[in-house]
Amino acid sequence: MVALQGDEAVAEAVRQCDVDVVAAYPITPQTIIVEKLAEFVATGRFSGEFITVESEHSALSACLGASATGARVFTATSSQGLAYMHEMLYNVSGMRLPIVMAVANRALSAPLVLNADHSDMMGSRDSGWIQVYAENVEEIYDRTIQLFRLSEDPRVMLPSAINFEGFILSHDKERVRLLEDGPIRRFLRRPTTKHRLDPKEPFTFGAIATPDTYYEFRMQQAEAMRNALAVFEETEREFEAFSGRRYGAVDAYNTEGADRVVVVNGCTAGTMRVAARAMNAGGENVGVLAIKLYRPFPTEEVVSRLRQAKSVMTMDRSISLGAPSGPIAEDVKSALKGAGINQPVMSLVYGIGGRDVTVEDGKKIFGLAKDETSFGGASVMYGVKG
Amino acid sequence: MDEPLSPGHRLCPGCGASLVVRQVLLAAPKDTIVANATGCLEVSTALYPYSAWNRPWIHSAFENAPAVASGIEAGFKALTKRGEAEEHPIVVFGGDGGTYDIGIQALSGAIERGQKFLYVCYDNEAYMNTGIQRSGGTPRGAWTTTTQVGSAQAGKTEAKKDIMSIVVAHHVPYAATASISHWRDLMNKVRKALSKNGPTFMQVMAPCTRGWRFDSAKTVKMSKLAVETRFFPLYEVEDGVYKITIPVTSPKPVEEYLKAQGRYSHLFLQQNATELEIVKKGVEDNYKRLERLSQLTSQIYGP
Repeated sequence: MVALQGDEAVAEAVRQCDVDVVAAYPITPQTIIVEKLAEFVATGRFSGEFITVESEHSALSACLGASATGARVFTATSSQGLAYMHEMLYNVSGMRLPIVMAVANRALSAPLVLNADHSDMMGSRDSGWIQVYAENVEEIYDRTIQLFRLSEDPRVMLPSAINFEGFILSHDKERVRLLEDGPIRRFLRRPTTKHRLDPKEPFTFGAIATPDTYYEFRMQQAEAMRNALAVFEETEREFEAFSGRRYGAVDAYNTEGADRVVVVNGCTAGTMRVAARAMNAGGENVGVLAIKLYRPFPTEEVVSRLRQAKSVMTMDRSISLGAPSGPIAEDVKSALKGAGINQPVMSLVYGIGGRDVTVEDGKKIFGLAKDETSFGGASVMYGVKG
Repeated sequence: MDEPLSPGHRLCPGCGASLVVRQVLLAAPKDTIVANATGCLEVSTALYPYSAWNRPWIHSAFENAPAVASGIEAGFKALTKRGEAEEHPIVVFGGDGGTYDIGIQALSGAIERGQKFLYVCYDNEAYMNTGIQRSGGTPRGAWTTTTQVGSAQAGKTEAKKDIMSIVVAHHVPYAATASISHWRDLMNKVRKALSKNGPTFMQVMAPCTRGWRFDSAKTVKMSKLAVETRFFPLYEVEDGVYKITIPVTSPKPVEEYLKAQGRYSHLFLQQNATELEIVKKGVEDNYKRLERLSQLTSQIYGP
C-alpha cells in the first residue's frame, strides 16, 4: 500500500499499462500527471514515447496519429484544455481510436477558476467518448487500467475518459493498493486492431462523407456505445478476478425502499454516503445512487435502482444554462419516463467552481429532498451565497 | 507504374496540387505514410467509399497535420522497439491556409520538437477549397473574394508571409522551395529532405486555375513563369546555408507572369500603376536578398 495523489495514481497506472505513446500539455490541476510521466521517462521506468506538444489541440492530434499506427495511447487534460481539444474529441471517436484520457475536472472560464466542477466533461458529453467518474484515488487508478481494456475491445473501439475532480482528487493523497505489472499486462493484452497505418495494406483514415453515408458512421458509433455497456461489465469482472476490486456502473447505497434517494457522480458520492449513514443511524431512511459509468448511460440499472424510491433528487456539478435542469437530471428523468415510471425528479446544482460540499451540506441536501414542492419544477442552486 | 495518387480523383482539371503530390511521392520511398491537412487535396481524393490514395493516408482536421505526423512518428518508434512494426518515412501535405495560417502553431511545435517528417506546403496562395479567400500566403495585389478590387482597394494590400524564413528560424536541417515545372529539382529536394534525420519542409508552388484565373492547360507553364520571372525563386536552406538551386540570370519581366492571370488584371489599370511597381520591386528585392543570404550563410556555416 502506498499514498498517492490522484494525478500520481494515473501516471503510475499509465506506466504499468504498457502505453506506447503519451502526448500531453500542462494544465492545472492535471500537470502532476505530465510531470510524473516525465520523471518516469528520465529514470527509465517508462519506455514509451512522450511527446511534449505545444497545445492540447496538438496533444489529442498527436494521440490520434499515434493511435492510428496501432499503438496504445494516453493523454491527460482539464478544463480549458479539454475545451481546446473539443474538435479532436469527435475526430478520435469518429475514427474509432481507443485512446484513454484522464480529465482532472475543472470549471471553465470566464471567470477563470482553477477548481472543480464537471462543466468541462459535460461540455464534451456527446463527443462519443466513454465517460467514467471516480470518487477516490484507488478508483482512479483502477479505472485507468480498466479503460484501456474496454476501449480497445474490438466490439467497442471507442476512446474513453477517466474523470475525477481537480484538486479534491487530483491532489489529494490517499491510500492505494497498487497491483503487480504482470496481471495488469495479462488483463490488457496488446492492441490487436487490423485497421492501422501500414504500407502493406494502405488504409485511408479520415475520409470525407456525404449525407448519403455520414449517418451510418454515427449509427455504428451508437452501436459501439451500446456494446460498451456489456463489455464494461465483462471488463469489471475480469479486473475483479485478479484485483479483488469492483465498482459497478452504478453504486447503490440503501436505494431499495428508501424514502429519499440522491443520484450523484464523482467524489460527492462519498460525502453523500457518509451523510446518509449518519442520518439512517438517526432513524431516517435515505439512499445514494452513484453514477460511475456516465457514457454509455446505464439506463436499466438506474431505473431498477430508483424504481422503488419514494422520492428522487439528482445532483449536478455543472450548469446546463437555459436548460430545464442539469445533465444528470435530464438523463435520470428520461430513463425513468422511458421505463413508464412517473416519479417526480428534483434537480439540484451544487459545488460549482469548486465550492465545497461537506457532510453537513449533504444532510441539508437530503433535507431539501423532503419537500418536492419547494423545487417548483426548476433546479435548486445549492450553496449560492446570499 | 506505381501511382501513389490514382487517377479518377475529384481535383479540378489542371490542378497544381495533384502534380505536387505525384512528383513528391514518386521521389519518396513506397512505404511512405501520408498525413493530410483539410483542404482541396483532402476533400477531392478521399470521398467515401472511394480513395485515390495508394499509400497509408490519414486526415483529421485543418490545423493539426504536423501534430498528427508527430504521433505517427512516435507510434512507429514505440512499436518498432517492441518488434511489432517498423519505422516509415512520413510526408505531410497541407495547403497555404493550413500551413501559413490555421496550422502554423502545430507546424512550429512539431518542427521545434525535431519530429522526423517532410512537410510539403502546396501553395496555391489562397483558400481555394472554400472559394478563393485570402490567406497569409496570398501575394500583395492579388484579387480574392475577400480582397476584392474596387475604387477603394486593388486586391490584397499586405505582403505574402515569408513561410520559408519562419521555418528556417526553427533551425531545421533542410527547407526548400520547388516548382512542378522543374520536376528534377523538386524530386532531388524531396530525396534530400527525406535523407535528413529531423523535420524538413518544402514550399511548392501549386497554381490554381480557378483561383488565379488562367486556362487549365497552362498550369505547369504558370509555375515555370513564376520561376523565370524570379517571382518564385527556387532555393534550399541546408543546415543554415542558403543556395539558389535554379539561378535566373536574365529574368523575364514580372508583367509576363502577372498578365497571364486574371487575379492580377487590375494591376495594369492606370490608377494601379504604383501598386504594380511595389509588386515588381518586392520580387527583385527578394531575389537580391536570397543572393546575399547565399553568400553570407555559406561564409558562416559553409565548409
